[in-house]
Amino acid sequence: MKTPIYLDYSATTPCDPRVVERMLPFFTDTFGNAASRSHAFGWTAEAAVDEARKQVAQLIGAHPKEILWTSGSTEANNLAIKGAAEMYAKKGNHIITTATEHKAVVDTVKHLETQGHRVTWLPVDGKGHIDLQELEAAITDETILVTLMTANNETGLVHPIAKIGEICKRKGTLFHTDATQAPGRIELDVEAQNVDLMSISAHKMYGPKGIGALYVRRRNPRVRLTAQIDGGGHERGMRSGTLNVTGIVGMGQAARLAREEMATEIPKLAALRDRLEQRVLAALPDAVINGDPASRLPTLTNISFPYVEGESLIMGVKELAVSSGSACTSASLEPSYVLKALGLNDELAHSSIRFSLGRFSTEEEVDFAADRIVAEVTRLREMSPLWEMVQEGVDLSKVKWTVH
Amino acid sequence: MAYSDKVLDHYQNPRNVGSLDKDDPNVGTGVVGAPECGDVMKLQIQVDNDGKISDAKFKTYGCGSAIASSSLATEWLKGATVDSAAEIKNTQIVEELSLPPVKIHCSVLAEDAIKAAIDDWRAKNGTAKDDAAPPANESKTGESKTGQTTS
Ligand SMILES: Cc1ncc(COP(=O)(O)O)c(C=O)c1O
Ligand code: FES
Repeated sequence: MKTPIYLDYSATTPCDPRVVERMLPFFTDTFGNAASRSHAFGWTAEAAVDEARKQVAQLIGAHPKEILWTSGSTEANNLAIKGAAEMYAKKGNHIITTATEHKAVVDTVKHLETQGHRVTWLPVDGKGHIDLQELEAAITDETILVTLMTANNETGLVHPIAKIGEICKRKGTLFHTDATQAPGRIELDVEAQNVDLMSISAHKMYGPKGIGALYVRRRNPRVRLTAQIDGGGHERGMRSGTLNVTGIVGMGQAARLAREEMATEIPKLAALRDRLEQRVLAALPDAVINGDPASRLPTLTNISFPYVEGESLIMGVKELAVSSGSACTSASLEPSYVLKALGLNDELAHSSIRFSLGRFSTEEEVDFAADRIVAEVTRLREMSPLWEMVQEGVDLSKVKWTVH
Repeated sequence: MAYSDKVLDHYQNPRNVGSLDKDDPNVGTGVVGAPECGDVMKLQIQVDNDGKISDAKFKTYGCGSAIASSSLATEWLKGATVDSAAEIKNTQIVEELSLPPVKIHCSVLAEDAIKAAIDDWRAKNGTAKDDAAPPANESKTGESKTGQTTS
């Protein structure tokens, strides 16, 4: 077993070797520009792009013509949100979202807010769910877009996309979902789920970085977007720029593998995740699982460890590549805004760790990770004055601290 | 974040972790920081009859630099006189551990904890404060004993 052990698949995934194999010829031999209509180099590239478009479309139940290539989900989110806001400005200027979205949505929406758009930030409950009735009540004739992610990148929480899509359809507003964390991990079907715009990214599904896609519904209704990048009119004029053929081919292959292997991969990874979680909780019963265990990605668990501080914990488990939502507020890092939105107190937000598993995770790695975490939390607790006070029966919330 | 070798050493092999009896008249206890700030430091000194610190212990909830700062502080405290201990400055800790700017406040916390422990011992023993330099951060550390009080 090689260390450090990679348990950060929600940050990015390695390329599947089968993806790399498919991409390689496109760097050197079949390197044509997919927009070159006058020779075989261009035709070969275009055919490969078409094939990839079909593969990505199949993964989410779309038509190939509804797939638009971008540089990733950040760009797809920007295009969906800003493009719709501009295109439908005559209809209204109201957008609905939540505070627990990825920054690529939060900051895009905030940008529009400064430009005069009205934004409803739906509150979330302690698990991260929005209230669907509240969503429905918030939609008015002025509402042009509801943007809510499929699965949260920090807690893994899966929103009821189909229900949200149904509400938006019934109320006549467009629905965009940032599904970056979802492909291969949960079922996606833009028809069944009534999605109008969906962002996905290759590097979260064993494809290369720097390539992604935006699904744009073609009928029922036909969604139109104002381009955010002008130029040669590629991608139906909605996103100009010479296509990243190599990346696109890789994303297509990654989508095909995700679709074919989901059925076996999901139960395997869910079992590994549960194993990790149970091993940790058995030894540290007061550890807290963040999010909603009844509705989350099969690959992820986000756990807070009371009485120890997150940055020191990460420092102690350097054999593990995991994410921490936190560090002391006095340093440059703020505790996770997502966990804060769920109402976690600072102390718990400070000590959260996100473990995210993937295609190449093994039982051996998971057991090692669980044991390391348990050992380090135990060691740090022995060093923690908070743990000592709790053992002595002190109620930490009643202590008068010297806030500095 | 890259840590210096000395920070890593103190983090991995912290010196003098533990607790002394806070009700012992010869023990001074300082608790500074707050959980919502991400750091709480408890530092204790045991003082013998001729004003020398015979033992020092700490417990810290905080980042690796905070753990290292308090661990180092206990090393310096042991064998020092109370008066010389009161002179320890956070800048000396920064220098010894090569702390980067974002971690300077971890060393400030250690200095505050030392002062708070000394104040507590002095209060218990009725030693007039003005026979030594006044604590630099008195306003912050005045509540040294409040770590255990409820409000
Ligand atoms: C939910 C979510 N949205 C958007 C992004 C950004 O995607 P990309 O790196 O493709 O721009 C990420 C990845 O960090 C994500 O997890
Ligand atoms: S204790 Fe706050 S960063 Fe060190």
